[in-house]
Amino acid sequence: MTRDTVFTEIARLLERFRAGDKAVSFDTVIAEDLTMDSLQVMDLMMELEDRFDVSIPLNLVPEIATVGQLADTIYASKVGA
Amino acid sequence: MGLFDRFKTIREVHGAVTACGADPFGVKMEKIVSSTEAMVEGRKTILCGSNNYLGLTFDADCIAAAQNALAEFGTGTTGSRIANGSYSCHKALEVDLADFYGKKHCMVFTTGYQANLGAISTLVGPGDYLIIDADSHASIYDAARLGHATVIRFRHNDPADLDKRLQRLANEPGNKLVVVEGIYSMLGDHAPLKEFVEVKKKHGAYLLVDEAHSMGVMGKTGRGLLEQEGVDADVDFITGTFSKSMGAIGGFLISDHPDFEILRVSCRPYMFTASMPPSIVASVRQSLAHLRKHPELMTKLWRNVDTLYHGLEAAGFKLGRQKGPVVAIHINDPALAARAWHGLLQNGVYVNLALPPATPSGTALLRCSICAAHSTEQLRRVINVVTKVGLELGLIADPSVRIAAAE
Repeated sequence: MTRDTVFTEIARLLERFRAGDKAVSFDTVIAEDLTMDSLQVMDLMMELEDRFDVSIPLNLVPEIATVGQLADTIYASKVGA
Repeated sequence: MGLFDRFKTIREVHGAVTACGADPFGVKMEKIVSSTEAMVEGRKTILCGSNNYLGLTFDADCIAAAQNALAEFGTGTTGSRIANGSYSCHKALEVDLADFYGKKHCMVFTTGYQANLGAISTLVGPGDYLIIDADSHASIYDAARLGHATVIRFRHNDPADLDKRLQRLANEPGNKLVVVEGIYSMLGDHAPLKEFVEVKKKHGAYLLVDEAHSMGVMGKTGRGLLEQEGVDADVDFITGTFSKSMGAIGGFLISDHPDFEILRVSCRPYMFTASMPPSIVASVRQSLAHLRKHPELMTKLWRNVDTLYHGLEAAGFKLGRQKGPVVAIHINDPALAARAWHGLLQNGVYVNLALPPATPSGTALLRCSICAAHSTEQLRRVINVVTKVGLELGLIADPSVRIAAAE
């Protein structure tokens, strides 16, 4: 598993929250560029925890602004960095 | 950016809700007539959203006890337990509650919110794990933010999901505290406590149950869901409130843990706020004594639950799955729910309007709570009014149409 494969999987899960035609990128800002409220963001984290079999503590969520940062967080947790 | 600019979204949502003709979050209770009736907008209104489960707010003995304490100890303590001392009544209430739950230790807090805030933020610290139900009350989420533990959410009322998440933490050295609620305040469903106990034992975690809405409501003697499920001995910590079945305000934390007393000098929401006024303590002690003497009040409450739940179900409303003193009518459209809420108020019935994100899965709810003191006539009136408004707004189909469709 690489950072890119993590990102690809996240982008797939975020399809349903895309606003308009703009593709999900590393720089997509989760709270602004997608149609998600704070509750949906927390639920997405649970879904990602299960998809990647990692723990994403709620404490980290406020620090994750972009999809790229989310992918990094999961990747780091996955490889034990 | 102005100081209040970031409330733009909330302002818009609140504006859309008040477009129903009134502010569901700013109702003026002009006069409280009894534990089940108030004057609102000049109308006599049945209170069906007050969490006053046992109807003890106007109990003559509770009022007399509060009045006596008021005369004897004054209006307030003007400070915290650590600064101004514990009054004999604070200690006596803690002894009463510990005895009621059959546990060794109890500390009381000034509100139920602070009980959760204090207990949960203090019991686990840096390097520990706090594992909370996804549909937890705001006080639990706020405790998670105040404390220093690592916070993990699990899917609502799902022991297998908790098991999976604890398994991922199996090699982490920190303590693990799992938090669930007896009855969830919005949908009225309750935790599968036996299963949660099995999971927490398997992983060596601690379990805290918030019995805010289930104390004085469930279990043979009113100890809540843990008594009903027979898991008293397996629950490590219990929190609760005096603002619902006890008819006053305040909160508590109970446990058998031998080191419990250290919390009194480490739990900030206990240490840095004024303690409960003696009059409130006295009324709560009397409410608890009343419950212990008259557990049949709960029988009356559950009879009323049957009446309202089955009446609304028969009318065709979509309700929460588990029957209990919180009956939630699901309405998918928040604006429509607000209109229904206002329609009920105009017809002399007060319930709570609950909107996302305070509700799970984006649903709006007309949240009814039932009181042991409700008369059957009052509940029939509530059912009739809700049905009338529901038909007017198309929330339910006309009974004749429904019968025809079923045939």
